[in-house]
Amino acid sequence: MTKLVKLKVNGAQYEGEAEDRTLLVHFIREQLGLTGTHIGCDTGNCGACTILFEGRSVKSCMMLAVQCEGAELSTVEGMAKDGKLHPLQEAFWEKHALQCGYCTPGMLMAGIALLNENPLPTEQEIRLWLHGNLCRCTGYISIIDAIKDASEKMKAS
Amino acid sequence: MTPKKFEYIEAKTVEEAVSLLGKYKDEAKLLAGGQSLLSLMKLRLAAPQYLIDINKIEGLSGIKELPEGGLSIGAMTRHYMIEKSELIQSRYPILCESTSKIGDPHIRSRGTIGGAICHADPSADTPPVVKVLDAEFKLQGPNGARIVKAEDFFEDMFTTTMSSEEIMSEIVIPKLAPRTGQSYIKFSRREGDFAIVAVAIVITFDERKVCTRARIALSGVDSKPITATKTEEFLIGKELSDRVIDEAASTVPAQIKPGGDVHGSAEYRSAMSEVFTKKALTLALANVGGVS
Repeated sequence: MTKLVKLKVNGAQYEGEAEDRTLLVHFIREQLGLTGTHIGCDTGNCGACTILFEGRSVKSCMMLAVQCEGAELSTVEGMAKDGKLHPLQEAFWEKHALQCGYCTPGMLMAGIALLNENPLPTEQEIRLWLHGNLCRCTGYISIIDAIKDASEKMKAS
Repeated sequence: MTPKKFEYIEAKTVEEAVSLLGKYKDEAKLLAGGQSLLSLMKLRLAAPQYLIDINKIEGLSGIKELPEGGLSIGAMTRHYMIEKSELIQSRYPILCESTSKIGDPHIRSRGTIGGAICHADPSADTPPVVKVLDAEFKLQGPNGARIVKAEDFFEDMFTTTMSSEEIMSEIVIPKLAPRTGQSYIKFSRREGDFAIVAVAIVITFDERKVCTRARIALSGVDSKPITATKTEEFLIGKELSDRVIDEAASTVPAQIKPGGDVHGSAEYRSAMSEVFTKKALTLALANVGGVS
């Protein structure tokens, strides 16, 4: 038996069918067609599926779709506006903060959540914040640089 | 990974949750933050037939001052709220410190203090801390509410005194005496991992710096969060010289029964329980008078 789940994603109204046991990440990808959110480990460890739920970062493999009736979510698809990249995406580009790109949507959403809460984080604060997001390519240095760079540019603008 | 099929029910009130638990008993589980339960369900280590979501129940979340000077924390208060609460930081900094060590920031967005306590993971951060703070838990069941002391709550691995028909609604932490020091130190291989050993201490002194009361609990070194009762008793009536701290810490390994795993052997955990008790006692002593 499935239920109809209605919710807002990146400001737009969506709806889709979910079983009670459907994980939020599967619902976002398969029912809403928003495949920017990735499935890495499916166990709550890797952070590839990080999204914002009611403004706070969560791992979307650690929630059920049926819990999101009437909720507001943000995913990586909502970052660029009118064909223009978000300053954090620009910074990831400039600082080479991705190689294979698999962890990138989760890293970006984690970065957004950090900057919402702490607009000018120190390197140490960025490192601590990202320990739930795994990257197997970059060695993290460039990701940390990109978030730092974006924070300074966003603060200045 | 997908959990085994279950029926999802959203409870709107504590009474409704209790009545659903009464109806489905062991076939039901409560869904709080879900950051441990959903993992277990995905691995099919847990397969409840009914999942009762208590996230929409109003009034189960929040931090309140009590008239006698303690604090009341709603069971559904999320870890990030506790971690960032200035009120908790000013009175029970070890609760902020231990909470900030749980999982990662995204897990702490969802996970709840009541969920972490009821899950009763023997290596988790919150259980030893609520024990040394002498917290009490309010449990609501079919026959009304009852209060259980944290000290009496944890029975074994993932096992508590709570019945399958009860729900935790509140955690009450009493006011601490003057001249009390607190510390929480966690030792793990990686940030956010479960503890190889974690030590929580609350210790009180008189005007002459003699210990009048000590509370010491450890995580990661037994099948449940364990109180080092003999160490507590040893410290009473003593000034905490380096020698006394060494001697006190040396009494810990005999009081625990650690298991070994990939993160550390039983022998290693045993040795580390002494090392980290020593560090935690030293830190608690340094914190006396700072925050009370």
